[in-house]
Amino acid sequence: MKDNFWGYLRPNDKVGVRNHIAIIPSVSCAAATASKIAYQVASACAIMNNTGCDEIDIDLNQTRRTLIGFGKNPNVAAILVVGLGCEVLSPVSLAEEIEKEGKPVECLIIQEEGGTVRTVQKGVTIAQQMATEASRINKRSFDPSHLIVGTQCGGSDATSGLAANPALGVASDILVGHGAVSILAETPEWIGAEHWLTRHAMTKEVADRINSVVTRYEKRLKAFGEDFIGKQPSPGNMEGGLSTIEEKSLGCVAKGGNSTIRGVLEYGAQPRGKGLFVMDTPGNDIESNTALIAAGCQILCFTTGRGTPVGAPITPVIKITGNPFTYEKMKNDIDFNAGTIVQQKESIQDVAGRIFAEILEVASGKLTKAEILGHHEFSINRIGPSY
Amino acid sequence: MSGFIVIHKDDNVLTALDSLQPSLDLLITTGHENQEIVTKELIPFGHKCAIRDITKGDKVIKYGEIIGIATEDIHPGEHVHVHNLRSIRGTIKEEPQ
Repeated sequence: MKDNFWGYLRPNDKVGVRNHIAIIPSVSCAAATASKIAYQVASACAIMNNTGCDEIDIDLNQTRRTLIGFGKNPNVAAILVVGLGCEVLSPVSLAEEIEKEGKPVECLIIQEEGGTVRTVQKGVTIAQQMATEASRINKRSFDPSHLIVGTQCGGSDATSGLAANPALGVASDILVGHGAVSILAETPEWIGAEHWLTRHAMTKEVADRINSVVTRYEKRLKAFGEDFIGKQPSPGNMEGGLSTIEEKSLGCVAKGGNSTIRGVLEYGAQPRGKGLFVMDTPGNDIESNTALIAAGCQILCFTTGRGTPVGAPITPVIKITGNPFTYEKMKNDIDFNAGTIVQQKESIQDVAGRIFAEILEVASGKLTKAEILGHHEFSINRIGPSY
Repeated sequence: MSGFIVIHKDDNVLTALDSLQPSLDLLITTGHENQEIVTKELIPFGHKCAIRDITKGDKVIKYGEIIGIATEDIHPGEHVHVHNLRSIRGTIKEEPQ
């Protein structure tokens, strides 16, 4: 099949595009130990968890949902949870929940093992065995309906709304047409474009939910006496020609294409069904990427007018720029040049076709620039204060 | 390439696809009728330039959508950015008690 890709079949008929061993620290105190294990094992990838203890319930649930989502993401073949032992978020309960996915899961507790060195020693042995087993899984051909793709923008400029985002939106429509899932995120960048989103909502309930998520977001900002002026658009966005949040948002939502929005997802929650979804995440690139991966995205498409080096653990991030100057300047970081649109050399439709082809190629194993350079940026969004 | 784009026929700004130097004659053909404007100042790549008279308090339109309110009178050919354009939604207004 022309549009198929090569992936790894997981339990529950999910398909991974990578074959990582995920080393998941349940708490920030275990993050360095988890990284030391991952350094020793070629296909292992540790996440730099910044949370997991002393959180209010709304944050704790979000952290738990995100870490479990990383373990369940089909790009992961096997999981080693590393806990400290005294944290609020129980590493054992994390491991038990991830295990329901049917993949191999192990758990180590630093205080029980006797410190960093002993945990690393045991962890490397476990991860090494997991890597051997994972390497025995053969790749198979799958159609694009097995893909969940997150669309994200960061370091936007005026070309984002003119070129990269509309082209990614058409590519998202192509994916949805193949029966895949596409997820549009970044709640603050719906502000001033809610009418566009609600017009695409499948039901009145979905439209109401979009509006209520925006209202909730605004209320949280307001509680701290904050608004968008001087912060969103960011100084870099403004230098790139964006003047107001409305202008930025109208460019941002173009990533959703023209598909019907089937549902609104909480931060890091997994979609049920196929088609286009929207997710309540902050505009912060790393926090939003993290939520999309927790939702099960095997690939992220990240548009950037100003240029950014960021990647993510376990999921390839395809970086697309609509700015031809940025592409020339940051070729080592940017995978895809959509700057041909503003140069009037190529149509949005043609570029969208190339983005879709790139998604399939990366799904089949082509490494992104961020993967090659080892970018594993990770951050779980925090809503409230720490204890 | 023409060096700029007017995205929607209702827009009152263009977006520069090149760095537009001052005193440049531009023919706008994508609006309601053909018109010529002259850039009054440098319009950097990606930035906006008024293509119609925009009075203080008027809505600034791009993508055929409202992107904010003019904080001063803006003439065709002038740079439209944070110095003369204010967000409406960006200021979260206090709800009446």
